Amino acid sequence: MSILVLAEHDNSNLKPSTLNTLAAAKEIGGSIHLLVTGKGCQSVADACATVEGVEKVLLADDDAYEHQLAESLSNLVKSIASNYTHILAPATTFGKNVLPRISALIDVQQISEITDVVSADTFKRPIYAGSCIATVKSNDSIKVITVRATAFDPVSATGGSAAIEALASADVSSLSSFVGEEIAKSDRPELTAASIVVSGGRGMQSGDNFHLLETIADKLGAAVGASRAAVDAGFVPNDYQVGQTGKIVAPDLYIAVGISGAIQHLAGMKDSKVIVAINKDPDAPIFQVADYGLVADLFDALPELSDQL
Amino acid sequence: MKIVVPIKRVVDYNVKVRPLGDQSDVDLNNVKMAMNPFCEIAIEEAVRLKEAGTATEVIAVTVGTSASQEQLRTALALGADRAVLIETDVLLEPLAIAKALAKVIEKESPKLVILGKQAIDGDNNQTGQMLAALLDYGQATFASEVSIEGDTASVTREIDGGLQTIKVSLPAIITTDLRLNEPRYASLPNIMKAKKKEMDIQPVADLGIDVANRLELVSVEPPATRQEGIKVESVEELVSKLKNEAKVIS
Repeated sequence: MSILVLAEHDNSNLKPSTLNTLAAAKEIGGSIHLLVTGKGCQSVADACATVEGVEKVLLADDDAYEHQLAESLSNLVKSIASNYTHILAPATTFGKNVLPRISALIDVQQISEITDVVSADTFKRPIYAGSCIATVKSNDSIKVITVRATAFDPVSATGGSAAIEALASADVSSLSSFVGEEIAKSDRPELTAASIVVSGGRGMQSGDNFHLLETIADKLGAAVGASRAAVDAGFVPNDYQVGQTGKIVAPDLYIAVGISGAIQHLAGMKDSKVIVAINKDPDAPIFQVADYGLVADLFDALPELSDQL
Repeated sequence: MKIVVPIKRVVDYNVKVRPLGDQSDVDLNNVKMAMNPFCEIAIEEAVRLKEAGTATEVIAVTVGTSASQEQLRTALALGADRAVLIETDVLLEPLAIAKALAKVIEKESPKLVILGKQAIDGDNNQTGQMLAALLDYGQATFASEVSIEGDTASVTREIDGGLQTIKVSLPAIITTDLRLNEPRYASLPNIMKAKKKEMDIQPVADLGIDVANRLELVSVEPPATRQEGIKVESVEELVSKLKNEAKVIS
């Protein structure tokens, strides 16, 4: 078996989700090639070459790939797809955007967001907001798969010594073009990679009140998240959203504050190791998944919690 | 400008779905069905473009069983002008759905296709991107803002780190994220009017495409359950438990 993994990066740093995706590739077994597409991303390729278990790094460094636009990237992967039995990418907005396009170009039914590798052709994945876990077997000759990062422990970023091979651009598309981006700058850890996440919901009442959570997050070295209700209400930006259609997190500690616990939110955090819920409604569904529940007004509890940390 | 909006009939988002007793599939007996929430956002966006004078016609399309007519009627009540049902006996996989939609789109030749980024049943998040590949159109997924300027669409996308803006040449595929708009409710007069709007029904077999499943559903299980937790009485007790029992903070 030969597996191609699409590396996620920002042209200077490799994203941790790539290491989780490689862990799934390792479970499938076989030789693993890591594809780095971008512009001026030699440093990413160098970092990829030292990752545990990577046999070869393919580097396509070209203007066309600077922003990972789906059209050109898919055409490139299509041109090398027949060399592989599996093509994997992390189930992040990067992987979710590009992989189904690749899948259709090579006439394969993709398997989205796997959480377990049963065998080389059989995988588990959550459906209906994680209410059920489906086991599916693929009959396609190439398996195209996105991987839920939180379900696989990352491989080590060191210990490997892969060769880096240059890959020429293929069939560059002009159907789409990059205009700009607003990437949130924060000193806090990234939501999906943080070991502690403090999240707020509708109960926070306003965006200003999120400073109560931020104070606690900074004392714990935690990331700040939110429920859909808080994002829809405009309290915090979209990239804070944890849930079925937002980010999936599974930190060591998840503190849900003023979040009632709709199934769509639980889908994004219920695999956290320890869950704490603070809510003034004792019947809130969030308490059903919480290891430690505190029935309290968050405006009393948060300052007190901050003082005690 | 013509806009095609593919939609999907799914289990209502309030329903907690469980596996069948023999774990062969999910249990959908007597559950409430509805239009997928992301599809409502797609219809709303198309109807707003029509109301703004940018679009001239909005066509709702679905690939599904005869029961999907109900969701197409909802789309018509929300402002779509006509509807197309590609009828199937069973639920198809995203690739097959994309192939069927591609046939409809080749025939209708719209300038824009807007659809939900994901359906809340299979949570696949594939159909829009696959459709774009099959038609060789540009794609703008996870849209939170769309503006049409001549032959291009400028689309702001919700990505993991924040927001990204791209331009796509029309015709193009746009998939909707949650913040694109807030869908309206259908008014009673519009529900009545929708009953008279045109709905074209054709069997999927007439399209001449291969819609066979590629995936085999081996089993459907409930997720692992969490051990029941405890209620603490105070912040002090909480901090103590986290430090000494769970050992997740120091």
